[in-house]
Amino acid sequence: MAKHIQTIVKANLSATVKTGGCGKCQTSCQSACKTSCTVGNQVCVK
Amino acid sequence: MLDIFNIHGYHISKNVHSYRQGDLLIAHDVNSGSLHLLDEGTYEVIKACESLQESEKEISLEGINQVLRQAGKQTLVEEELSEILTELDELRREGTLFSVEAELVTPNYPERPIVKAICLHVAHDCNLRCEYCFAGTGAFGGSRTLMDFETGKRGIDFVIESSGHRNHCEVDFFGGEPLLNFKVIKDLVDYGKKAAAEKNKTIKFTLTTNGVLLNEKIQAYLEQEEISVVLSLDGRPEVHDRMRPYADGRGSYAKVTPLIKQFAAKRPESSPFAVGNYYYVRGTYTHFNCDFDQDVLHMADLGIKQISVEPVVAGPKDAYAFQAGDLDKILEAYDRLGEELILRRAQDRDFNFFHFNVALDQGPCLIKRLSGCGAGHEYVAISPEGDLYPCHQFVGQADYKMGSLYDENPHQLKGELVQAFRAANVYAKSSCRECWARFSCSGGCHAANVSFTQTLTDVYTLGCELQKKRLEVALYLKINEIQQNRISSPTQEVRC
Repeated sequence: MAKHIQTIVKANLSATVKTGGCGKCQTSCQSACKTSCTVGNQVCVK
Repeated sequence: MLDIFNIHGYHISKNVHSYRQGDLLIAHDVNSGSLHLLDEGTYEVIKACESLQESEKEISLEGINQVLRQAGKQTLVEEELSEILTELDELRREGTLFSVEAELVTPNYPERPIVKAICLHVAHDCNLRCEYCFAGTGAFGGSRTLMDFETGKRGIDFVIESSGHRNHCEVDFFGGEPLLNFKVIKDLVDYGKKAAAEKNKTIKFTLTTNGVLLNEKIQAYLEQEEISVVLSLDGRPEVHDRMRPYADGRGSYAKVTPLIKQFAAKRPESSPFAVGNYYYVRGTYTHFNCDFDQDVLHMADLGIKQISVEPVVAGPKDAYAFQAGDLDKILEAYDRLGEELILRRAQDRDFNFFHFNVALDQGPCLIKRLSGCGAGHEYVAISPEGDLYPCHQFVGQADYKMGSLYDENPHQLKGELVQAFRAANVYAKSSCRECWARFSCSGGCHAANVSFTQTLTDVYTLGCELQKKRLEVALYLKINEIQQNRISSPTQEVRC
């Protein structure tokens, strides 16, 4: 086990450039006036 | 080992966000999405390397210690420094820290836009006169009017046709106050379900309401038809009533709060990620309540579990617009809210604050993160008259009108606007390209950016600061949750 760094979440987001983009996800909204999903807290439905 | 910091063109501050939140030192690897906890020495090493890079000095062991000395911090002995660098290098090799920058791709779109979601403005009228209403207290700068069934029907036909091969469409009933036009909503839900089924599609309906008309009959209807609902409440009575009065100046808190509580209680299993049949109670905070964490907690104390409170977008002359000095207070409020959530989790009194939700383990793919909300090509708003706009915030702005449901071919959206909105992705915005939060906010809200900068590709910088703070606290809470063994696995892989 590492002494100085503890990995909490191991992910590979940049690889999803090749696997993602299906467009099936819920429409997102970055607006301050309406709460539909914003990208940061959306889930992938694939 | 120091080679990892001296890769030409690799900027640490852009690609690894290391920060202190609460009692934790956190490193977020932007390109992989990985999260790490650091000890003090490692955190200082990364920060020192950032500092050297910013002053265009070569990163070396002596350079790191020199930065520490100048900052009045304890220097590291060579053995410890060597251990830290070895661990950092191992993580770099496995691609979870200092990972390679994501490929500079731009999303590919079909020539004809696939519009899969519409916002139906069924009422450009409202029974409240909210001070901050971007819709001009409901009328969107026009006359107070309701959408008729024929226009709504055309809107539903439009999204079913424009969504092409996509099976799931979304229709949001919006206003003004949509429940002022409840009969048409009911007729449109009936029509939409049948019309979608004929094409082997489904429509997910949502409704945004101020709660004034949310009587038991309407609540039962929303339950029966599984319509997701966003309910507006600003928090403490005096905060809510100041900004959300009736036309005669009376506050609306006393009327809407019991109804909103009653409805929220019907959906105890509502998803924090707005999946399925959900509700959210959402409010707006302004200059008048920079301590909005107290409003969130007020709503939580009412028994509401799904809460979202967001910053007002206002012109500089508006009395409720944020002023110099507000930012620090707002950032502190987010910090306090994060700590209170941890405390309440431990007491099984937790609730969800929408902007602290982050689905690291099953979040959206990079393409989605680059492209953002899809306004103007995947999503459009429709006025009561049937005019099409990129999103609800642009409704009534003549320069942004994209067409009409009554045009000979309503699917022929104004090409230059489609292109402009498609092109306004993260990489088109110079400040976003250098920002560590770029894959989490998608360059912010187009309407807010236009409102403050008059362009789609310059950003609303106050919004950026708030977004970054929310993300910092969200990651902190995620780590805390994992550490408390509240989710099953200590390390998780992104699913996409």
